[in-house]
Amino acid sequence: MSAISIAYAALFYLAALVLVVGLVSKIAQYWRTPAPLKIATTPAPMTRTGAAFRVAREVTLFESLFKGEKLLWVLAVLFHAGLLLVVVRHLRYFIADVPTLLVLIQPIGVYAGFAMVAGLAGLLARRFLNPRVRYITNPSDIAMLVLLIAIGVSGLFMKFVLPTDILAVKAFFLGLMRFSIQPLPVHPGLLIHLGLVAALMIVFPFSKLLHAPGVFFSPTRNQADDPRERRHVAPWAAGYDAKRGF
Amino acid sequence: MAAKFDTPPLNLDHDVPDNPALTPDSMAHSRPFLAKPEHQEPLGFPGTLVDDWHDKAIGKMGELLGKYRSLQVYMDSCVKCGACSDKCHYFLGTGDPKNMPVARQDLMRSVYRKYFTPAGKLFGSFVGARELTQDVLDEWYTYYHQCSQCRRCSVFCPYGIDTAEISMAAREILDHVGMGQKYCNEIITKVHKIGNNLGLPERALADTMEGLEEDTLDDTGHDIKFPVDVEGAEVLLVTPSADFFAEPHVDGLIGYAKVFHQLGISWTVSSEASEAANFGMFIGSYDQMHKIANRIRKAALDLKVKRIVFGECGHAWRVAYSFLNTYAGPWDFLDPRYPVPQHILEVTYGAIKNGGIRLDKDANAGMVLTMHDSCNVARASRMGDFPGGQFVIPREVIKASVPKFVDMAEDTIFEKTFCCGGGGGLLTDDLMEIRVKGAMPRMNALKQVVEQHGVTHMAAICAICKSQFTKVLPYYGMDMNMIVSVHQLVSNAIQLGTNKS
Repeated sequence: MSAISIAYAALFYLAALVLVVGLVSKIAQYWRTPAPLKIATTPAPMTRTGAAFRVAREVTLFESLFKGEKLLWVLAVLFHAGLLLVVVRHLRYFIADVPTLLVLIQPIGVYAGFAMVAGLAGLLARRFLNPRVRYITNPSDIAMLVLLIAIGVSGLFMKFVLPTDILAVKAFFLGLMRFSIQPLPVHPGLLIHLGLVAALMIVFPFSKLLHAPGVFFSPTRNQADDPRERRHVAPWAAGYDAKRGF
Repeated sequence: MAAKFDTPPLNLDHDVPDNPALTPDSMAHSRPFLAKPEHQEPLGFPGTLVDDWHDKAIGKMGELLGKYRSLQVYMDSCVKCGACSDKCHYFLGTGDPKNMPVARQDLMRSVYRKYFTPAGKLFGSFVGARELTQDVLDEWYTYYHQCSQCRRCSVFCPYGIDTAEISMAAREILDHVGMGQKYCNEIITKVHKIGNNLGLPERALADTMEGLEEDTLDDTGHDIKFPVDVEGAEVLLVTPSADFFAEPHVDGLIGYAKVFHQLGISWTVSSEASEAANFGMFIGSYDQMHKIANRIRKAALDLKVKRIVFGECGHAWRVAYSFLNTYAGPWDFLDPRYPVPQHILEVTYGAIKNGGIRLDKDANAGMVLTMHDSCNVARASRMGDFPGGQFVIPREVIKASVPKFVDMAEDTIFEKTFCCGGGGGLLTDDLMEIRVKGAMPRMNALKQVVEQHGVTHMAAICAICKSQFTKVLPYYGMDMNMIVSVHQLVSNAIQLGTNKS
């Protein structure tokens, strides 16, 4: 077994651990922290089911962003929808017998790779070209886009320029899933691609990528507009009724 | 403080003002007066900046992060996409980039990252993290008092990040290290001491209401009551204290009285809770909001009323509609057939629909109305029993009262309404420059309908909006008397003595 295979196996175990533990602990933190007041941005749905649909629209359609800026919405959809399809396409590396549906979407996943990189490139350009966005940009914001672009480009590079032994790659990841280290092809594009993906997994719970779980916990979006009908008191505020003094 | 400044130019070709060129720090000089110890200490805040302000501020921030999911999630979630960056009226009016909502949030987020996240501790400025220094604290004081907590930015944020939540938290932290704002904290002190924001004592209130009774009798020939502290009245009316004497507010109060009179509903105000406003919200204080809100519960219990109705006031309606049940509920001792609390416009709208009152539009002949949606009513509350009732109900009442109604440009009304520029605890003379500049987007939309549709008046349903517009309209070459209460229109148009049920 090559040192590279061992190193990458260790890297992916570490990355998966950091991603899962990090995300679970952030989600637990959001879950535990109460929203003491009803602060839905109105007009808001009047039922909890309605509020759940509102959150679902934010997650799938970027409803509020559409109201905010159309160009940004297009770039964001290109990137996120592209990424989603690319991730789905990559499931074949983790499933021994690939289901037909997953086989059928493989070509779409390739186009999605281009859409994702195009969206990211647009987002990066916008960070420099729009003076307001340039003002609010930190180095980490650029680094995040560059990281994602590099992942996309290195992936497309393997698809179109210098293919790697994808059967071996699949064997490597299937092996990792049953704690058996299989040889990973020593291919520069692949090593870069996988190294960057592991890096993304590691920074995820410590970065602005927390917007992914965060959007589900946003009180302005997930609360129902029912404060007159339903009394809402946070656990930490339960003692306040007794403080009234009359 | 009252240094000269230029009123921003209007551009009537565009519904929403163009993005200004960025002028960094152009509003860095705009800070409200600091609260004096006599306005800090009664609220339980230190009188002046404490020696260990750094540790206390960080400690308070940690406490708030654990108490408010909004703050915790919003500190983490921003991706700096900039969708909000051109949505704030203060940014559009000043060009100061720190008035972009995301940049305003980042004043605190940078400190959050430094002290509460591994990335900020390890990588510092690479991830936009910075130490809390005295300059940073001053910057918070400056720019968190250039936010009216109007929530327009939150409408456009893909994660619903609400800058108001962050500016409230910042002010709460500032209060706790001894850097309170004079305007808000002085007023809250007055509410506790006297019962209302304007410091109108019980005797003066009773005299004022008696005077209104006499004036209204002279004007209408009808004996319309303006009751104070009447035990057993059906309705407790809680209204902003400006309604008791300032123009155009008081004309609205006369309108409420006529509606109650015509419907045969007995009502009263309480001298102990003669104020709808709850400035505890502006300073982000759960404690103060709780104390101020419970004056109303006490008054309702003492006076044995069956219903609570709020007068026209924006942030007060937010606190009433969204928070009153939390702070001062449950309301099981009131008449369950009515929502608690009700807005006076819900009462009037219902009465128009069921024929309880009749309105004669000719009484307002010559008036062409538009409507300013007050930010807190528009984006933080509701009226009626359907989403968006807060937009429909006031408009229906206005349309029933005047011959002609025209809406302003659609990107400046409803949930996208622009703040008047004076909300969120900014309605003070020491912030005149930011108030005038922040009013620009609303003034622009108003001027459009004045020129294109002959609009003569703008109705508002908020005491702060009314006061602010009265002050800033002249800066934009418009008459301060253009601003009216919705119930002032009702007051003119209502047919007294007819079809009494």
